[in-house]
Amino acid sequence: MIIRLTVNGTRQSVEVDGPESLLHTLRERLGLPGSKNACEQGECGSCTVLLDGEPVCSCLVMAADADGADVVTVEGLAGPAGALHPVQQALLDEGAVQCGFCTPGVVVSAAHLLSINPRPAPDEVREALAGNLCRCTGYGAIVRALAGPAGEAP
Amino acid sequence: MSTRLDTPIRVEGGVGASPTRPDGIPKLRGEFAFSSDLQADRQLWGATVRSPHARARIVSIDIAPALAIGGVHAVLTAGDVPGNPRFGQERADQPVLARDEVHFWGEAVCIVAADDRETARRAAAAVVVSYEPREPLTDPEEAARRGETFRTIEVVNGDQARRGEVVVEGYYETGMQDQAMLGTESGLAIPDSEGGVDLYISTQWMHVDHRQIVACLGLRPEQVRLHLAGIGGAFGAREDLTLQIHLCLLALHTGRPVKMVYDRAESFAGHVHRHPARLWYRHEADREGNLVRVEARVILDGGAYAETSAAVLANSAYFAAGPYRCPSVHVTAAAVRTNHPPAGAMRGFGANQVCFACEAQMDRLAAALGIDPIQLRLRNALGHGDHLPTSGQEITGSLPTAEVIRSVAALPLPDEGPGDDPRHLPGGLGLTTPRSAVHRGIGFAVGIKNIFFSEAFDDYAEARAVLTPQGLEVHTAAAEVGQGMVTVLQQIARSATGLSRVRVLFDHTGQIGSAGSTSASRQTQMTGGATLEAAAGVRAEALRRADADRLDDAGAWRGGDLVATLEELLAAGPITHLARHRHAPTEKPSPTGQGNLHAGFCVAAHRAVVDVDPELGLVRVIRVDTAQDVGRALNPQAVLGQIEGGILQGVGLAVMEGLVLEEGVVRNASFTDYLIPTILDAPEVEAVLIEEPEPGGPFGAKGMAELPTISATPAVVAAIRAATGRPLTRVPVRPEDIVGL
Repeated sequence: MIIRLTVNGTRQSVEVDGPESLLHTLRERLGLPGSKNACEQGECGSCTVLLDGEPVCSCLVMAADADGADVVTVEGLAGPAGALHPVQQALLDEGAVQCGFCTPGVVVSAAHLLSINPRPAPDEVREALAGNLCRCTGYGAIVRALAGPAGEAP
Repeated sequence: MSTRLDTPIRVEGGVGASPTRPDGIPKLRGEFAFSSDLQADRQLWGATVRSPHARARIVSIDIAPALAIGGVHAVLTAGDVPGNPRFGQERADQPVLARDEVHFWGEAVCIVAADDRETARRAAAAVVVSYEPREPLTDPEEAARRGETFRTIEVVNGDQARRGEVVVEGYYETGMQDQAMLGTESGLAIPDSEGGVDLYISTQWMHVDHRQIVACLGLRPEQVRLHLAGIGGAFGAREDLTLQIHLCLLALHTGRPVKMVYDRAESFAGHVHRHPARLWYRHEADREGNLVRVEARVILDGGAYAETSAAVLANSAYFAAGPYRCPSVHVTAAAVRTNHPPAGAMRGFGANQVCFACEAQMDRLAAALGIDPIQLRLRNALGHGDHLPTSGQEITGSLPTAEVIRSVAALPLPDEGPGDDPRHLPGGLGLTTPRSAVHRGIGFAVGIKNIFFSEAFDDYAEARAVLTPQGLEVHTAAAEVGQGMVTVLQQIARSATGLSRVRVLFDHTGQIGSAGSTSASRQTQMTGGATLEAAAGVRAEALRRADADRLDDAGAWRGGDLVATLEELLAAGPITHLARHRHAPTEKPSPTGQGNLHAGFCVAAHRAVVDVDPELGLVRVIRVDTAQDVGRALNPQAVLGQIEGGILQGVGLAVMEGLVLEEGVVRNASFTDYLIPTILDAPEVEAVLIEEPEPGGPFGAKGMAELPTISATPAVVAAIRAATGRPLTRVPVRPEDIVGL
């Protein structure tokens, strides 16, 4: 079937198989491999995208259900003229990136958090990121980045 | 080998600073190419048929139903392996594809290639393998009785007749932990037109993979080239082969590029795990608390194939008595063969299991002596100039055991009890646990481990420095698995040359020699050491050409004058320097486990604070503070990242992470059922870095990334014991262990 959706501000029309996930459509059909696949069960959050403004695990969304939706992936989060999103800058500065496999999902979840709560407290960061597994950092740098500089960005 | 305590040249982004990592922005933008992101024209997808049995005879394999599916291009079995039918890092004992028998749940039997991933999976499911199940051997003690061992070690040191007045004994178990790196196994094999193949792969050690792949493919070494692709974490899981040979076989058979990406369930089946262990201990001390004798018996369950069990066992044997002086030691250790999934490398590599048991013993001994557990450890702390209690070798480098203990003990403790915020209570927002039900406990542990490969292994790393008009290139085959080596190599090269513009480039196996594995806490010292030598060599040649005394991004300087730009320096030809770095040599153990077996050691101490709901068996780890021996912190931010990340993996083994096996079959091969810590499970961490420069380390640096995992586990469990009074002799600690069911 053919679905129509907006991805990172661009209108797309794409043929998908019936049962395929939005993650598959993004990675394999639309050339957007930024969203990662680490569990395909909605446990790890590495495939997190914004679907009509809400963070979702794209591995759990059927592509067909995204027909008509507005999707933002990590590739669509950069600021004007390619500048880093404040969340990306803060994570970079705090050393919150190690292997980086969880990073796209963390970036999307964190960008959503800051869009609704510009100055999150550490516990609010933890709640918002509870669905994003990271195996490298122990999360300390992620909390420091998002409850610190990113939260203080204008 | 020269000393590495040279003064670093002052330069922006040199050692001691924490510059941002060069791959940070691509990773944050989603532009970094992990091995699972690679694509090639005319690419096929591979999939694997795996054994559902822990042990069975293969009666027949019918591939016809798979081949009948449209879009399927190859279905290969054991008979299609052209070279050595078996592979293995230490011993080639594991079939590339099982032929007559399977020996563990998840063993590869057959591989397929098809137009897309779903078709490949359907084809794998369509292969009909007829099995005759056999009784699996799942009891490691029974395996030891039968002599089914990969290696046994006996360590006898000191007067075996010594006895102490105070004696404590204990039996301990550790479970099977999974590395659970976020990026599953993946890679892309592209056949060349001359019978060879290029493999783009996430691995920890390309050259040791290459050796095994070449042997199984029956090709000449130069016909197979391994290229590092982006690696989504490793922690030991990528030290042994998984899909490398399968990818090459399918690509060579079909003549087309083949990609494979394991899903999470297959990842659990495909890679090695941390060895489950059973440990019997007897500690003896005099009335003052001086250790007099340690006896230990250790069995590691190595699973069905050798992998790196022999080296893992050595660490269990030689660090069985911990970082303590002791005049009389007897350790017997065995790595046994069972029908469990193979065990191998995981962060800590055999030191974790014995640390859990030994530290529990130290607490028991302190209780029996009636002295403070921290004072007991300080009284016996091993240091520079002492002898390792097991192998007897003198500690000639830094080993600040007493300093890490004192430093962590001096850190302030948190407030007396938890507040009323349910987010900070065991059970969290499940609202299971009122504040009044919470019992707080504090626990302490110290860990030790070797750095580098030990026991006379020829351990080296190559790096090539190349001066270009744009700055310095550092070429290496070392795997950047996320730890930040790519940043540290830049820093070392800057501080060795004065050039700030440094790029780290990953060469393929045909272009540069081995860097050794990214494991054993070794790359900062090994590839870092090679980078320092190579960069210093380039600087020396550049200065010689211009008769200059200083180098920077502008060029070579004499006094205050720029005498040659980088381009002018290169006019007389390229300036490159290839360095092969070795650490101090080590020896093979004597029949009683004696000798200079290790070339370096690292030590850390952890203090954990936990809140426990003893009625429901719920634990919240509040804090894990640490003091860690790091030699010299070349990049303090990256060191802290290793400490925090390592601690959380140790916390995971303490309270939640364990593969569940029933008759050899893994029952929880998913992130739904195998839990790793989330951000809500992460304790606060305060870390003190103890910087005693390590002789031979680049600018005094010392490998450090495994220790955070090693002693975090026993510290957390000690804290739960303190909160509950339960003996808790097994990790992961389960709710029923706390409740006492």
